[in-house]
Amino acid sequence: MNRRVVLGWILPVLVIAALIGLWQIAASTGAVAEALNLEPFLVPSPAEVGDALWTNRSVLWENTWVTLREILIGLAAGIVAGIALAVAMRFSRLLRDAIFPLSVAVQAVPVVVIAPILVVWFGFGIWVKVIVVALACFFPILVNTLDGLRSVDPEAVKMMRTLDASPAAIFGRVEAPTALPYFFSGAKIAVAVAPIVALFAELAGSNAGLMRLIVQDNANLEIADMFAAATILAVIGVLLVGLTALAQRLVVTWR
Amino acid sequence: MSVVARGLSHVYGELRSLDSIELDARPGEVVALVGPSGCGKSTLLEIACGLREPSAGTIAVEGDTDAAGRLSHCAYMPQSDLLLPWFSALDNAALALRNRGLGRAAARAQAGELFDRFGLGGFEGARPQELSGGMRQRVAFLRTLVAGKPVLLLDEPFASLDAISRAEMQEWLAGALLADGRTVLLVSHDLEEALYLADRVLVLSARPGRVVKELRAPDPRASDRDGAVTDPAFVAAREAALRALHAGAGRGGPERVGLPDEEAR
Repeated sequence: MNRRVVLGWILPVLVIAALIGLWQIAASTGAVAEALNLEPFLVPSPAEVGDALWTNRSVLWENTWVTLREILIGLAAGIVAGIALAVAMRFSRLLRDAIFPLSVAVQAVPVVVIAPILVVWFGFGIWVKVIVVALACFFPILVNTLDGLRSVDPEAVKMMRTLDASPAAIFGRVEAPTALPYFFSGAKIAVAVAPIVALFAELAGSNAGLMRLIVQDNANLEIADMFAAATILAVIGVLLVGLTALAQRLVVTWR
Repeated sequence: MSVVARGLSHVYGELRSLDSIELDARPGEVVALVGPSGCGKSTLLEIACGLREPSAGTIAVEGDTDAAGRLSHCAYMPQSDLLLPWFSALDNAALALRNRGLGRAAARAQAGELFDRFGLGGFEGARPQELSGGMRQRVAFLRTLVAGKPVLLLDEPFASLDAISRAEMQEWLAGALLADGRTVLLVSHDLEEALYLADRVLVLSARPGRVVKELRAPDPRASDRDGAVTDPAFVAAREAALRALHAGAGRGGPERVGLPDEEAR
């Protein structure tokens, strides 16, 4: 086993396991509850959280599926729109001048403001969340991809022109590959932002989803259930970031 | 004539970079342009291949004077190899064929035929960043050659290499040009390289570049490079070129155009 495997995987897992262990001891002995001057049932141990995950699995899964769909469809829409606009702006200076300030303005309005308005207009369903997630994800993708397209080496473009390249060939063989790592920088931001935004949007009004579940559990002081939902969200977050990094490594092989 | 320039001048902003250049290159001839840095050598190549237009005068490549026509006859090898890091050596070499719409397999097969001859056999799948400087230059030259244009424009092709690899690459390029005759404009700041590789050497002055001397190389692309460059005739030509270069450098300084007070001085 080499050093990289030890440092990259085993060490972080050990740290997480150690923290869970400490929390188990602190919670099950009632030390935390005592220190915070709380009833012990308000400070669940990891074992109790695990129990909640298992007992409520069908409710949790139902609501996870709702939130996950909001995140994934919103992300996909944001990525497609971001790339499409970046490419369109690359080919049309007029379009860039016309649309870019608008996208900055849209980005500047906080999700907490947009989401309730959209809920009034479109109701409690999944689509309000999808729109909000897409709006939040599209901007980092657009800005980074556009930056990438503009960072193309002009000498490489000249070289391609003497090799009989059409604008389409220059785009496909030089500009798009140059922009790819930049796109992934944007995608990493989008992927980190998407779950947070989806939860905010659910808070603005929803009849399903993990955030709605958490609000409900909070009202009933079901702290273990809240931790269970939080655990699922953490796993979703880690998976999204990890899969994006993996995709980058598989696609951008030249760095 | 393959390349003909008459009274060719170029003004870049306020800087006059080329001044009344006269140039003739016969088909199959290698003409080297040497001069101090900033004398507009690279600009001349960019004008020749239609990436720029002259400010005054004319240039014709294979009889065509318009930019699109010149571009269609010239293949340009820039100073840095500019190999695309996301493509393999083979895909880089095949770029021109792919750009013309040839299928991937056919383009690769056609470019791949030359790999062995250029000492690149076995490195077809290597990414540019895995190759040595000399190999990268060879792939870049191959890419230029595969384009199939009658005129090659080489802009200081080996400037980024150390002295030993540079000598090796010059010998290699001499062989490659013997095997595959093309009209070549070679820009260099290395007199030895110019006199060894070219049939004729044009010495340019400092900016604005003007042809101050024309020399015929004693033994172009001789198979024994070390012997050729130490031959008395070569040494004499080199000395003559060096004197012209120094005299031309004395023209000195960035010369501005269109400013009355400068004109009056």
